[in-house]
Amino acid sequence: MGGSIKKRILRLLDLSAGLSPAHYRALRWLMTVLMVTVSVAPLLILSAFNHIQYTSTLERELERPLHTLVSKSRASLELFLGERFSMVSFIAHAYSFADLNDPVIFRHVFLALTSEFRGFVDMGLVNGQGRQVDYVGPYKLKGADYADQPWLREAEIKGRYISNVFLGLRDFPHMIMAVHRLEPDGTRWTLRVTIDITQLEQSLMPAGPDLETDIFLCDNSGVLQTSSRLYGKALDTLPLILPPAGSEPTVRRLTDNNGKQLLVASALLTGTDLRLMAVKSGLAAWRPWGSLRTELLLVLCGGIVIIVLVSHVLMKALVGRLQAADEHRAAIFAQMEHQQKLSSIGRLAAGVAHEVNNPLAIIYEKAGLALDMLRLQEGAAIEQRRERLISLLEGIENTVERARGITHRLLGFSRRMEASRQSLQLADVIGESMEFLRREAGNRGVSMAVHLPENLPSVISDRGQLQQVFLNVLGNALDALSDLKEGGRIEVGGKLADNDTVVITIRDNGKGMSPEMLRHIFEPFYSSKKDKGTGLGMFITYAIMRRLGGDIVVQSQEELGTTVHITLPLTPPDDMEVI
Amino acid sequence: MRILLADDERDFVETLAERLALRGHTVRVVLDGPSALAALEESQPDVLVLDWFMPGMSGLDVLERVSVIYPALPVILLTGHGQMEDGDDIPQAQARIVLTKPLRFETFLEILEDAVHGTFQRQGGDS
Repeated sequence: MGGSIKKRILRLLDLSAGLSPAHYRALRWLMTVLMVTVSVAPLLILSAFNHIQYTSTLERELERPLHTLVSKSRASLELFLGERFSMVSFIAHAYSFADLNDPVIFRHVFLALTSEFRGFVDMGLVNGQGRQVDYVGPYKLKGADYADQPWLREAEIKGRYISNVFLGLRDFPHMIMAVHRLEPDGTRWTLRVTIDITQLEQSLMPAGPDLETDIFLCDNSGVLQTSSRLYGKALDTLPLILPPAGSEPTVRRLTDNNGKQLLVASALLTGTDLRLMAVKSGLAAWRPWGSLRTELLLVLCGGIVIIVLVSHVLMKALVGRLQAADEHRAAIFAQMEHQQKLSSIGRLAAGVAHEVNNPLAIIYEKAGLALDMLRLQEGAAIEQRRERLISLLEGIENTVERARGITHRLLGFSRRMEASRQSLQLADVIGESMEFLRREAGNRGVSMAVHLPENLPSVISDRGQLQQVFLNVLGNALDALSDLKEGGRIEVGGKLADNDTVVITIRDNGKGMSPEMLRHIFEPFYSSKKDKGTGLGMFITYAIMRRLGGDIVVQSQEELGTTVHITLPLTPPDDMEVI
Repeated sequence: MRILLADDERDFVETLAERLALRGHTVRVVLDGPSALAALEESQPDVLVLDWFMPGMSGLDVLERVSVIYPALPVILLTGHGQMEDGDDIPQAQARIVLTKPLRFETFLEILEDAVHGTFQRQGGDS
């Protein structure tokens, strides 16, 4: 496949291939496609690279505020909870069970606490048996039994406890903090406070997230601890799988159960099971990028359209110029070919004139002799010379016949200058070409011989053009032999090279050519014959052979002679041009 | 007049010889260059009529030799070409005339006379 495409391209770029409009259309297509590819490819690569770069920059830009928000909010939450817990812990250590068990003191302490810190709902004192012996707050919980409550057990074991948000006995979302004390006299008691989570939520808000960013607390199992703009009230369950969280804020991309794209930053609150999460919904996050991407795409598409248009117009102009140049070249070539044709006709004419003038001279002399006999000799003598007169007149007839042959041959040749395609016996074509040169060869003492195998198949080709080729090559051979006093030989051989090619070999034992001459032999206006040649002979010959689908190769050695191999297909290529 | 005709076209040269003989000239016919040189030696003609193109040794080759051996011998060259070809190739030697075939017989006779009697002039051709 690749090979055939390469071949096609090479064929298209081969300027000698032809002048058909289809050829130039294909060439224009190819060049346009190439130019568009070469121009668009870097543009696409650049755009893709830009896209990736910009996406990652934008992601960083989107992540940073979330990261900052979570960091700051965590700090303020931890401060909020830490302060309150410290206060509770301070009270537990500053007062003994006996002090706090006094309702007046207990109430006083609670009031002092709430005057300093917002968010405390109530406070309770739980004795070693788990019974709440003292209580300040809006509920009637004095005497409540917490003996079986897990938080109490955990507080007793660890000395301190911060709960998740729960409804509990109070029927609104709250969280509790508890500090356990073991006094030196063995008294065990626990101080417990309830914290209103709305205060917690308010401490989240000062970070001031924009409307598209949601920030909330949740526990390990995904239960909301504060209300969320996106996911509802506290104690609702989050519709997404929680990402693993550490003490350092991490930002991840998630998809929630509704299929919404999210950018989520989360971090654990120190000392609790709670995690702080900031969520930016995908749609909002990507909006600026979306518009930028549209612009980028528009620029890209516009660029491609412009490239295609410019390539099309440019290539049309370029190929048009190329076509004009090729046509110009073809016209010049045709002119040269015509000149060469005229030159070879000139050479023929010289030979033909000689051939025709000789018989004319014979006819003139024979007729003249007959007249002489009739004029110069008297009555009886004429009767005696009757036989001689008849033979003279017969001689005239024969000679006219001979002249007719010559003129017919010439007419045939000039007719064959016109293009045609026909089945040809190469032996005939070579023989005819030789006939034209036989006289010249005779005068120069050159012997010409043709040895073609009997079974050489006929070829389909152009007779006139082939004859021009043979005339030129044979004529060159004759010229190469002109300095040779005697023994000049031209031998023509041939064979079937393979199933569809014939090779004709024309060999002379003339003066040969130097390697320098051989190198230039097919170049136009290169002649070794000084003023005599047009310098176009071999150039045209080569062009004709290529056009006929054949080839011509010249081997030569100085002083030894030249061999010309002419290769010809049995059937010509389909696009054989007819000029 | 003794005339030596050298031409490879037998029909032409023999008929021409017969016509000249009818007019009382002594004519000898040869068909190639070497024979012409041999016949010159033997028959010492007054004029040599040479065909330019003959196989083997051409008329020019013969003329080259003749101009050395018989510089005074008038020579008439015959050519079948319509136009004179490479006239400059003819060696600058003794009297020479180039005639184009076919010849007008009367003109040819006149030129022969002129050549032999030394009143010839160079001519490019004959109509």
